[in-house]
Amino acid sequence: MAAIVLDRVSRRYQKYASRHRFQTFKSAVVKGDLFGSLKAEEMVAAVDDVSLSIEKGTTLGLIGSNGSGKSTLLKLIAGIAKPTSGTVSVEGKISALIELGAGFHPEISGRENVFINGIMLGLSKKEIAAKFDEIVRFAGLVEFIDAPVKTYSSGMFMRLGFSIAINVNPDVLLVDEVLAVGDAAFIPKCLDRIDDFRRRKKTILFVSHDLGMVAKICDQVAWMKDGRLRLLGDPQEVVDAYLQDVAEKQESDYRAGRDEPAETGAATDEAPAPGGDDGRRARRWGKREIEIRKVVLRGLDGAEKHVFSPEEGMLIELDVAAKEPQKDFVFGIGVFNSLGTLCYGTNTDLEEHEPEAIEGGGKVVCRIDRLGLVNGTYYLDVAAHKRDGYPFDYHRSMHTFLVSSLYKDEGIIRFPHKWEFGPHIRIKPVGL
Amino acid sequence: MARLIPNLRRLFKYRVLIQSLVGRDLKARYRGSVLGFVWSFLNPLLLMLVYTVVFALILKPRDALFDNPLMYSIYLFSGLLPWSWFLSSTLESAGVLMANGNLIKKILFPAEVLPVVTVTANLVNFLFGLPVLFLLIFLFGGKLTVFVLFLPLVIVIQYIFCLGFALLISALTVHFRDIRDILNNLMTLWFFSTPVIYSMQLAPIQNSRTLRTILSLNPMTHIIEGYHSALYYNGLIHWKRLGVTFLVALAVFWIGYSVFDRLRDSFPEEV
Repeated sequence: MAAIVLDRVSRRYQKYASRHRFQTFKSAVVKGDLFGSLKAEEMVAAVDDVSLSIEKGTTLGLIGSNGSGKSTLLKLIAGIAKPTSGTVSVEGKISALIELGAGFHPEISGRENVFINGIMLGLSKKEIAAKFDEIVRFAGLVEFIDAPVKTYSSGMFMRLGFSIAINVNPDVLLVDEVLAVGDAAFIPKCLDRIDDFRRRKKTILFVSHDLGMVAKICDQVAWMKDGRLRLLGDPQEVVDAYLQDVAEKQESDYRAGRDEPAETGAATDEAPAPGGDDGRRARRWGKREIEIRKVVLRGLDGAEKHVFSPEEGMLIELDVAAKEPQKDFVFGIGVFNSLGTLCYGTNTDLEEHEPEAIEGGGKVVCRIDRLGLVNGTYYLDVAAHKRDGYPFDYHRSMHTFLVSSLYKDEGIIRFPHKWEFGPHIRIKPVGL
Repeated sequence: MARLIPNLRRLFKYRVLIQSLVGRDLKARYRGSVLGFVWSFLNPLLLMLVYTVVFALILKPRDALFDNPLMYSIYLFSGLLPWSWFLSSTLESAGVLMANGNLIKKILFPAEVLPVVTVTANLVNFLFGLPVLFLLIFLFGGKLTVFVLFLPLVIVIQYIFCLGFALLISALTVHFRDIRDILNNLMTLWFFSTPVIYSMQLAPIQNSRTLRTILSLNPMTHIIEGYHSALYYNGLIHWKRLGVTFLVALAVFWIGYSVFDRLRDSFPEEV
């Protein structure tokens, strides 16, 4: 049975222009048609003709770049926003974790805020009283619950908000990117709760930019692009297609940047200052005497992809071209995780390849037989440079891939390993 | 009209929320101040003092009302208290949707709860002030008579009127922020167009047909006069005028609610 059904749902917003606004007010008064005139001519569709049916008990991930309409879609389902056209129907009680602690009043105590927030989310006073201790314990705020909320840290605030929302015990849970702010101890607790919901066959809609988490915990993933539902289906496939699209977009952005050297050339030709605060933001620099025209990630079978399992291999294929023949050149790769830690880096020089000559274009392939990384999003640096470090073309973090594992093992690399047990220890893997 | 009834029914379902939000508002309002909720009647009391000094002691207009400063204080206070209820609910409701924009954008609940809470919290504040008013009447040699029993009726009429006005103002201010600025001045003008600091019996008013018409068209005139009847004149309230005012209050409420309902869907993106 479907828990959420969206039928050709669109939500359009008007483009904001205050001068135009003022004129409409004036004309509204003159014409005596206050409401009619409030309709603007220029509209932007945040959600455009989306039809979607989500079965009861499904955990659906919603991915897409910023501004693709994910949050608007969530608000439409929650009933906070009304569709401009189309219908939304939801079976059962909804709890929307769109913003945690929305509606907390800073001047009054955590205790009073729990009651008021709970009532807003649809609980009765009695229900809140029954769950109160559990809410406070889960948030880890037992000592602070009678202090005014304005004295809370943002983490405490968020934890209390999450704890109330999760205790509403809804049939449909909408989660919008709220886990991004929790600390290392709280996020696993939240994920446990969400797991618990899944076991109890509740419907969950999960918006996140953490593709690793989405691929791991969702049964289905929907990818939104420019307000439209681009793809819906198996998490791996959809995440893969999304990353592919992002990679293509980045590619074309940089290509566009290359065509206008006046605007971006100066900035991109300089290497960033060491220790600069731009962190690991995607950048590209170098004069491109040897240019890396294209970077493609493939599985060992040669198919282009962006989502890998830790046991899979990967081909990093660089399409390079030299403007003039060069005798001193090195190709290198570096893989960074989302914290910016270098997981592995190497180049042809470190591995004692002696450059002789490059003329024209060709392919450079780095073949990795087994990736062996843990779950997560990874960023790839690729570069062509001289042996003394002079960059020809350096791509920093411009390429992304995802490792999605069945297991929640931690760290950076996944060693090739096996567990062995003595005859008196009976333990066996659960079939997954 | 068709949507008014289900809307009101839904609002009734949210009474627990309204109740707790009113409680929160009242608690939060004076938290951190030394005198706390004493301020809710100290404010009109101080205002009363100022007007008494200016009108009964300094200006001394030639009117029986101002002859006895103590009696004038009672007259003043019995009008100022309900007026400050009206004033603060109107001014606060102008900003209430924007101030709680976070709620409207992120949580599903009927937005009219917010202006209702504003008016109700101010009503409670007003009710807290009543015992002080009774005490003053007693101290200054006034009388509390059976006519005090009409007070609840006047309060209900004012509540409906304030609600309607608050709904209208809160919804319109979302779209036209200018209202908030003009409202302050408008309310001052309205205050002086209502017999709070002066009496309807004042000679210039009695002698001018225009002034009397203008004052009679102001619903707040009859509401404030209702308080005066019950607390100062100790007479029967003016049934006909107050009855018409009740109908006007219902009409204002209906208009306010309709406008609010009409604009409701635009709140999440505009606040």
